[in-house]
Amino acid sequence: MFRKLHNPGSATVTIYIDGCAVTAEAGESIAAVMLRQPTGWSRTTSISQSPRAPYCMMGVCFECLVAVDGKGSLQGCLTPVRDGMRVTRQQGRRSLSA
Amino acid sequence: MTAPHTDLLIVGAGPAGMAAAVTACSHGLSVRVVDDQPAPGGQIWRAIETVASTPRLARLGQAYRAGADRARAFRSCGAVYEPQSELWQIEPGFRAFLTRDGQARSVTADAVILATGAQERPVPFPGWTLPGVLTVGAAQILLKTASTVPERPVWIAGCGPLPLLYMTQLLAAGGQIAGFLDTTPRGRASAALRHLPAGLRRAGELAKGLAWSLALRRAGIPIIRHVTDLRAEGDGRVERLRYRTEDGREGEVTAEVLLVHEGLVPSIHVPLALGCTVEWHPAQHCYVPLLDGWGETSQANLFVAGDGAGIGGAEAAEPRGRLAALRVATRLGKLDAVRAERAAKTERAALARALALRPFLDTLYGPRAQVFAPADETLVCRCEEVTAGALRARAVEGRPGPNQLKAFTRAGMGPCQGRQCGYTMAHIVAAAQNRKVEEVGFFRIRPPLKPVTLGELACLDQREPAA
Ligand code: FES
Repeated sequence: MFRKLHNPGSATVTIYIDGCAVTAEAGESIAAVMLRQPTGWSRTTSISQSPRAPYCMMGVCFECLVAVDGKGSLQGCLTPVRDGMRVTRQQGRRSLSA
Repeated sequence: MTAPHTDLLIVGAGPAGMAAAVTACSHGLSVRVVDDQPAPGGQIWRAIETVASTPRLARLGQAYRAGADRARAFRSCGAVYEPQSELWQIEPGFRAFLTRDGQARSVTADAVILATGAQERPVPFPGWTLPGVLTVGAAQILLKTASTVPERPVWIAGCGPLPLLYMTQLLAAGGQIAGFLDTTPRGRASAALRHLPAGLRRAGELAKGLAWSLALRRAGIPIIRHVTDLRAEGDGRVERLRYRTEDGREGEVTAEVLLVHEGLVPSIHVPLALGCTVEWHPAQHCYVPLLDGWGETSQANLFVAGDGAGIGGAEAAEPRGRLAALRVATRLGKLDAVRAERAAKTERAALARALALRPFLDTLYGPRAQVFAPADETLVCRCEEVTAGALRARAVEGRPGPNQLKAFTRAGMGPCQGRQCGYTMAHIVAAAQNRKVEEVGFFRIRPPLKPVTLGELACLDQREPAA
């Protein structure tokens, strides 16, 4: 759905989304990387299992919740990628209630 | 670990927070700035430090470039700066609880300036939760921070300066636009004109807006005016859009990404959680904290600066930040009142100048009626998946307020804490009960302001048994 305009060159890192290796640029957010994947969605809701994807990119919608290195639920739009990071899409999981 | 106490705690490192920090430090205050982003700049100057050294800077425009100097001044001002730190509670006195890297801790301060900015006004319509629908602000953040643009020609719907700015930035970056569904209602331009004489003090801004519009026209982008209704459809993601205009024209187009924007609203969750008095801002259709001439809230030594005080843009945010910092310096005995007044005069003049175009913009781009009255099938609460119809049906039984309706339906109970559904819900309640929206009130906001895990809390216990 989205594409990157430049080749990050030496700033390239690899992260794993549901086990698949994808390249990213150091410093960008997990949510930005997820929006470039053909899958299109980053979590499904707990009630209707509908797919959702990052919506606001600034921390106010919580649509970007993912598990990172076994820890859920982090806001993907507020979390920069790190080389080797393991990201899991959350399926049907009731996200942390406030 | 830095000392947990400072004279001043500033929440937010955007234009207001950075300006406040520089001023406060120059008067000898010890200052801590916490921000949830990885780098200073706020939303307007997102990733400015990284982008400043690349050729990408040119396509983002002059106003963005101005952030580089501000970030530099902020970095060298002497404030303790803590990026990627999320604030989830402030206790009176003040003790603030933060999470950084999965670890919670608390810090204390004598005064607090909340410079947490604004968010885009939620625009609920059928299909707005489908992957592929994002806000224009989100797309602009993707462009600034990740150099990422929609893969195929993108549809943009809404109104206001931000869509125009983003579209020109996107074209400059080599992106493509399928069309612009302009939701500005008919007659707004002439209504706004009576505010123009005052706005002429900001002729530069006006010229910029005109230049953006001209550039779009020159690029041959289809513009559909006075769009009232919008619907995104598709199986698990956006595949097509339907729209209707004021004069009943209907259209259907294929789309993969739809970006929406209907203005901004101040972030009021922190002031609300702290019990600050807020008032309805009729021209901006939102609540703003009640503030004195320095930005102090109804709670002593707690200030709000920047767009959180009412939408005014970066040029209003900076003087507001400095005003609050001056007042804190006086309170804490670092600056005598006469000198503070003198300095404040300059800042208030700058603020008035920066706000001169607001009445014009607020009138021209005020949200269309449909934003607050979505069709029954529309999900109003994205988190708990509650529809407008369900809320309407429940809102007439026994005239509940927003908090009761929340308890009945779970709308507003999810992790976003009503940041997406709050205003829509208030309007639905008001319409169903034939009341004014400002009489209906807003959700009661309680800490934690962001979800906190038990693991994060546990590390707080170990470190500070007394907390
Ligand atoms: S995309 Fe909205 S909170 Fe992350």
